[in-house]
Amino acid sequence: MGEFKVHRVRFFNYVPSGIRCVAYNNQSNRLAVSRTDGTVEIYNLSANYFQEKFFPGHESRATEALCWANGQRLFSAGLNGEIIEYDLQALNIKYAMDAFGGPIWSMAASPNGSQLLVGCEDGSVKLFQITPDKIQFERNFDRQKSRILSLSWHPAGTHIAAGSIDYISVFDVKSGSAIHKMLVDRQYMGVSKRKCIIWGVAFLSDGTVISVDSAGKVQFWDSATGTLVKNHLIANADVQSIAISDQEDSFVVGTAEGTVFHFQLVSVTSSSSEKQWVRTKPFQHHTHDVRAVAHSPIALISGGTDTHLVIRPLMEKVEVKNYDAALRKITFPHRRLVSCAKKKQLLLFQFAHHLELWRLGSTVATGKNGDTLPLSKNADHLLHLKTKGPENIICSCISPCGSWIAYSTASRFFLYRLNYEHDNINLQRVSKMPAFLRSALQILFSEDSTKLFVASNQGSVHVIRLLEGSFKHLHTFQPQSGTVESMCLLAVSPDGNWLAASGTSAGVHVYNVKQLKLHCTVPAYNFPVTALAIAPNTNNLVIAHSDQQVFEYSIPDKQYTQWSRTIQKQGFHHLWLQRDTPITHISFHPKRPMHILLHDAYMFCIIDKSLPLPNDKTLLYNPLPPTNESDIIRRRTAHAFKISKKYKPLLFMDLLDERTLVAVERPLDDIIAQLPPPIKKKKFGT
Amino acid sequence: MVEVESLRVVRCGGSELNFRRAVFSADSKYVFCVSGDFIKVYSTATEECVHILQGHRNLVTGIQLNPKNHLQLYSCSFDGMIKLWDYIDGILIKTFIVGCKLHALFTLACAEDSVFVIINKEKPDVFQLVSVKLPKSSSQEIEAKELSFVLDYINQSPKCIAFGNEGEYVAAVRDFYLSVYFFKKKTTSRFTLSSSRNKKHAKNNFTCVACHPKENCIATGHGDGKIRLWRNFDDEKKYTYTCLHWHHDLVMDLAFSVTGSSLLSGGRESVLVEWREAAEKNKEFLPRLGATIEHISVSPAGDLFCTSHSDNKMIIIHRNLEASAVIQGLVKDRNIFTGLMIDPRTKALVLNGKPGHLQFYSLQSDKQLYNLDITQQEYINDYGLIQIELTKAAFGCYGNWLATVEQRQEKETELELQMKLWTYNKKTQGFVLNTKVNMPHEDHITALCFCNAEKSENPTLVTTSKDGHFKVWILTDDSDIYKKAVGWTCDFVGSYHKYQATNCCFSEDGSLLAVSFEEIVTIWDSETWELKCTFCQRAGKIRHLCFGRLTCSKYLLGATENGILCCWNLLSCALEWSAKLNVRVMEPDPNSENIAAISQSSMGSDLFVFRPSEPRPLYIQKNISREEVQWGVFVPRDVPESFTSEAYQWLNRSQFYFLTKSQSLLTFSTQSPEEKLTPTSKQLLAEETLPTTPFYFILGKHRQQQQDDKLNEALKNELVQLPLTENIPAISELLHTPAHVLPSASFLCSMFVNSLLLSKETKSAEEIPDDVSMEEEKESVDSDEENNFTEKVQDTNNTDLGKDIIHQLSKSEEKELRKFRKVDYSWITAL
Repeated sequence: MGEFKVHRVRFFNYVPSGIRCVAYNNQSNRLAVSRTDGTVEIYNLSANYFQEKFFPGHESRATEALCWANGQRLFSAGLNGEIIEYDLQALNIKYAMDAFGGPIWSMAASPNGSQLLVGCEDGSVKLFQITPDKIQFERNFDRQKSRILSLSWHPAGTHIAAGSIDYISVFDVKSGSAIHKMLVDRQYMGVSKRKCIIWGVAFLSDGTVISVDSAGKVQFWDSATGTLVKNHLIANADVQSIAISDQEDSFVVGTAEGTVFHFQLVSVTSSSSEKQWVRTKPFQHHTHDVRAVAHSPIALISGGTDTHLVIRPLMEKVEVKNYDAALRKITFPHRRLVSCAKKKQLLLFQFAHHLELWRLGSTVATGKNGDTLPLSKNADHLLHLKTKGPENIICSCISPCGSWIAYSTASRFFLYRLNYEHDNINLQRVSKMPAFLRSALQILFSEDSTKLFVASNQGSVHVIRLLEGSFKHLHTFQPQSGTVESMCLLAVSPDGNWLAASGTSAGVHVYNVKQLKLHCTVPAYNFPVTALAIAPNTNNLVIAHSDQQVFEYSIPDKQYTQWSRTIQKQGFHHLWLQRDTPITHISFHPKRPMHILLHDAYMFCIIDKSLPLPNDKTLLYNPLPPTNESDIIRRRTAHAFKISKKYKPLLFMDLLDERTLVAVERPLDDIIAQLPPPIKKKKFGT
Repeated sequence: MVEVESLRVVRCGGSELNFRRAVFSADSKYVFCVSGDFIKVYSTATEECVHILQGHRNLVTGIQLNPKNHLQLYSCSFDGMIKLWDYIDGILIKTFIVGCKLHALFTLACAEDSVFVIINKEKPDVFQLVSVKLPKSSSQEIEAKELSFVLDYINQSPKCIAFGNEGEYVAAVRDFYLSVYFFKKKTTSRFTLSSSRNKKHAKNNFTCVACHPKENCIATGHGDGKIRLWRNFDDEKKYTYTCLHWHHDLVMDLAFSVTGSSLLSGGRESVLVEWREAAEKNKEFLPRLGATIEHISVSPAGDLFCTSHSDNKMIIIHRNLEASAVIQGLVKDRNIFTGLMIDPRTKALVLNGKPGHLQFYSLQSDKQLYNLDITQQEYINDYGLIQIELTKAAFGCYGNWLATVEQRQEKETELELQMKLWTYNKKTQGFVLNTKVNMPHEDHITALCFCNAEKSENPTLVTTSKDGHFKVWILTDDSDIYKKAVGWTCDFVGSYHKYQATNCCFSEDGSLLAVSFEEIVTIWDSETWELKCTFCQRAGKIRHLCFGRLTCSKYLLGATENGILCCWNLLSCALEWSAKLNVRVMEPDPNSENIAAISQSSMGSDLFVFRPSEPRPLYIQKNISREEVQWGVFVPRDVPESFTSEAYQWLNRSQFYFLTKSQSLLTFSTQSPEEKLTPTSKQLLAEETLPTTPFYFILGKHRQQQQDDKLNEALKNELVQLPLTENIPAISELLHTPAHVLPSASFLCSMFVNSLLLSKETKSAEEIPDDVSMEEEKESVDSDEENNFTEKVQDTNNTDLGKDIIHQLSKSEEKELRKFRKVDYSWITAL
């Protein structure tokens, strides 16, 4: 594996924002997650829970509701009173429409997907018709006294239940009038709380309405008579979310104590058909409020203030006990937030609204393997670059020479020139960006920092030549006709001749930068690409997919390499395929052409192509500790995958030079320390 | 008395009440519990024992109401029989002989003519649940051999089996799995929890199970204190469970209420938890129940619960979680350190009770009178915690003083020792703490005794300790200007060559104190505390020491660890006689010269009664118990018996009780001379719908008779007597004396019932004995040379004590011994 000096970076003060809503789409098996900063992420549950798309957040656009309608259309609504539809192909906002009811607290699409309901601050419930390219206001329902916090359609689409403060209303969709008003008990453990907020309602096809409220109750109501049927007190704090399965035989609720409860409809006796709702298992995977839950056919999905997205498969629904049956906890984005200027030893960290530039520390000390060396010079915070405007940063990059920084928001592209004068830094914005450079999904500098590649959301890739203080647009690689899919990943060969670009689903395109034309397209694969890189000298393109497969494709030969064919034939080790997180970065060793360096959030791996591949019987992880053992054993047990799990959670790892690595870690404890304190619970024995 | 009396060892109550779940009668008036070989029937309202159902020959292991006739009760026992009782009358209706050891019994309303029992047929620790078909027959004893297997490899405890939903399925738990057998489908589903491999779930083994009466829901208790509610278990894939967690230690028992709306659970916390609607947040508690809850049962009417506790107690609890009655037996929770004592005032048996308490237990009524809190500290129930132990106690001055010693030793060098002296307060009728002495000795106190001489004007207490000293404590005036008071102070410290002091004993007149220092016995003058003389036999450390009484007061007896019993003559200061006897218990009778010694051999324990004046025993009973006898005591009789047979005369004035290692309290009995309510009279008691007090029994019956002359035949015998009641002076006295000066009702009752009995009928009243002999096949053994025709051949030439012990020796040795005996005798006469 070789020995490296590792810069262990822990000053990337990144805190993901809390999850506000989740919406599960049964048709495409995708999950939409909105965060408190307005970001919306799309996870593909079929592709190993890979975060394939994301829409950058906006300061004024706090999403309060998220829903799928009509199959593939995603809508969100928020406290700015707007309903937003997202373009899932171009990865931008299709349109925003004001509902004119004040802040929107809730939204629900009708079961047939043709109508959209929103609940507003002013107590109005508004019905919108979903047309193929827009939505259209249809009418208002009877206005209620206070804000509508939750909405649910009857599966037949004839009635809706709306949760408000202290009561639940049941509306008839045809007439738009409230037919029942079900008052919720404010009492909580004998103490009258001020208000009882109905955080969620669910309408079942038999007419039962299930409500969850701020007094910790889960209540079952009969909507035909408007009476309370059953009451489950489950928490000492708010129950904030509810999601019901499509079969209506189980549902899940999330509480402010971080507990997720599963309720199931079980038969009372085996002989009779009578069934009852029973609270079954509690899951405590969160430390903070569970703001949103979803119920996929095989899993319970929950997310909350503690920023984790937890996917808990239901054991009874899982057919075989494979890795799908394991609990998943997704905390970090599946894209790079760090870029590195190798020569200057600079790291650029991307936050939601600013960039930070740091210079790594250095040491003069030497030591044995495993020693921690004292720093002779501490890491330097060189630059804090705030964005202009309310929009979040989509992507950023620093050039390998360290003299250019580029970043993009949803509407603007920024390019800066950095001048280093001893310890001072001179930052100069390159103005007069061309009109087509409005927003970028991915930015990449060539190895010699003379060219800039920008993937825009129309599917085109722009090539720009950078000069001292100015730039020149060279070419735009247009997408193939008929596809509008935008490119999210770029890779350039170190000699600057080849550019690889990949979208979310179609294959990887390789462009010849010299001749400015499409060279070839790597055949499309079922799973999205998570990382791309082109090896020096050989110009082999290494592609990592979300199902943990790694391919090596020779660009000059326009075919997969022999090594890639061998490993595909033999198959990867089962433990390799069972890893949780996707590979987010691939790099190469300049002196060892047989090595591929790659990492995900929990491991760092060097693939040595010269060694035999491991089979399922050999130990994948750490076959030998780095001690002085005889060479024979070492050789016999050595295989191509050298894995280190020392650094985790790993956000970024790259080779600075032949003997130096930089690893950017973000310990979970540091994130938790920055979150608001959770609800205090008495623990026995303390 | 022409009949030949035979002396038998009998259990005299104090047996376990908490062995199995209690069972309520259908109307919740009675609660049944197994108690040793008997079944006891208690009234839930008055806590009184109404009946004792006797008939099983071994431990009763299960009782259930007959589902077809709720006035009948099934019981099963280790003796391999299932018996059907009429509990109202206390009559055995039928006996079904199964043949193998039965460990538990279950009945089902839907299972016609069959019951379920737990047996172990093959291996000793593999248990099966089988259903036993009870054949219909008019005969009293029926063989029931038709067994059909239901579940194999189950836990032997009945808590681990539950039948659900009107017998649709049966759930059994063991270790880490729950198996459910469906009777209709004839299939077994098994659900396994991840076992101890995983450290986090190390304690989630199953401990008990209960089934919802109406729904398909099984509740299981676990070692980590969780309760799981299983549902959908008819589908092995879709099964699901809910967790309820309050208990911090293992769940001992679970029970659903009759309607199934609430679940009761209990454990070592001594708190009964009621989970309403099976919801975690909706629970009620009944705390401070005193001891670990072992069993919970629910009455069929649903109005009462009953918890059985580890301190041999049952608590009847109302539906609203209010304890309404406590049935307390002899507390057998812990090791007995204090030995058996008799409170001179109440004549109650006194011994260790609840932790840190002395219990006062009435032998006559088989009931605990009260607990005296000695340590006066909150008992913290936690595993591995070293508690304060009450190690010694002694009564002095006719019950006016009580001395107790408590100790706690966490490490070898850290001994906490406390001696407390309690005085009897006549006003409060209880013991009040007078003096507390911290660290009375440097090391463990080995013995303490009061000087009980009549003439001694000053109460004196002697303590001996391993630190080599004995201390004499006397009561002195402790008055100051504020109040008059008395207190105990140390008067004298004695020692002998730094030997550990092991025993002490005052002579009957209090003039001499004997203290043993390991192998040496020292005699001290109690006036001057002057060492008078020493005895040393070089036969091992002295284990027991006592003075002879009355005519034998010149003798001092000592039993050593090496199995030698020595008798010294205090006048001659020489060894009078000695015998080889491995004495475990040596107790003098306070009312006679007799001394009872129990020896331990590999065969069992043997009893010898002798007088110090002669080395020949008065009475020998072999093999009184298979296990080791730990303590014994003579209890003076209220009314002296008059056994004509010379062998039993030692029992005339006192009765001898002893406690074995497994804490069964045993005694000797000829027939059943104890006056207890006989079953026939109890039958009358039970029939009453009104509260049945003895007083009502006297007057109510009488009045009824006057009003109604057409009485049924069954009652005639008694009613013939009843008109006479007015003329009996005892009764008129009873009725005319103010109630507050009367002795206790139970005392009066026996007298009163006696007065009602016709002298001719005494025999019939005695026919139903209250006690059952432990080993019926065993003959009584008589050691008197005159009566030795009853003995076995090898015992025929028994002539003395020493001979008896070594009767298996060869002829030549016997001869030598005889010779030695002769020499011994001549030596004595020479003195």
